[in-house]
Amino acid sequence: MGARENFTNDAMQYAPQLFATALRMTRNRADAEDLVQETFLKGWRAFESYQEGTNLRAWLFRIMTNTFINKYNAQQRRPQESELDEVEELFLFRRMGAFDQSKMSQSAEDQMLELFTDDEVKNAIEELPETFRIPVLLSDVEGFSYKEIAEMLEVPIGTVMSRLHRGRKAMQKMLYEYAKERGLVDEALLDPQD
Amino acid sequence: MADCQETLNELERYLDSELSDTRVAEIIGHLKGCTDCQGAYEFHAELRTVIKTKAQNEELPDGFLDRLRDCLGDDVLGSN
Repeated sequence: MGARENFTNDAMQYAPQLFATALRMTRNRADAEDLVQETFLKGWRAFESYQEGTNLRAWLFRIMTNTFINKYNAQQRRPQESELDEVEELFLFRRMGAFDQSKMSQSAEDQMLELFTDDEVKNAIEELPETFRIPVLLSDVEGFSYKEIAEMLEVPIGTVMSRLHRGRKAMQKMLYEYAKERGLVDEALLDPQD
Repeated sequence: MADCQETLNELERYLDSELSDTRVAEIIGHLKGCTDCQGAYEFHAELRTVIKTKAQNEELPDGFLDRLRDCLGDDVLGSN
């Protein structure tokens, strides 16, 4: 019982992170709560197979990712290449000149924070097809390594890298479109040579 | 020392902390002397922080942690 008590207490500290990622995966608060509960139950039941000293956080995220993929039949192994448009390199960086400075704050750091709202960032992630959304969540938001993500998704590291690369570029394009819709962008300001 | 093209190509892996120490030193060496690439690096580092911060900013549903503890407790009782 003692070891299991420890599991609950140790695992509980990751519940808020798991919930935030579950919400980006399922895009629904009730489903996200179910997903975290299922993850904890599976972790609890599989506790015998958990080896003390291994990374509990990565173990829980792995269980959650697998549960999500199986439950929602998320297409992981055969992404459709046409699912995402090809986006040029450094998409957002090359367009920063088009942002209307008069509508933004003075400090560069605050600018980026204010440029995109919480909802826009969340939407940009959630709009990604699952094939790309899951690696982006696990890397950009949760900070797992390529190797850890490859193990969680059971795909080669090269696949993780290419999905991250394409997913991030697509996200940048969405963020740019959101800013445009809010009237923050004046494309006439872009250098025509770019 | 890495050139601009190499640096930009590897920027993502650099930000992901996935480059070897030798390669990191070469990228840093280039960034120090190139304001364009330094600008691109700072932009993407800042963007990464903004995405992480905003995507994690999520309020838990009322009673979420209690229900989570309860479901584990029920499981123990159920298995007895």
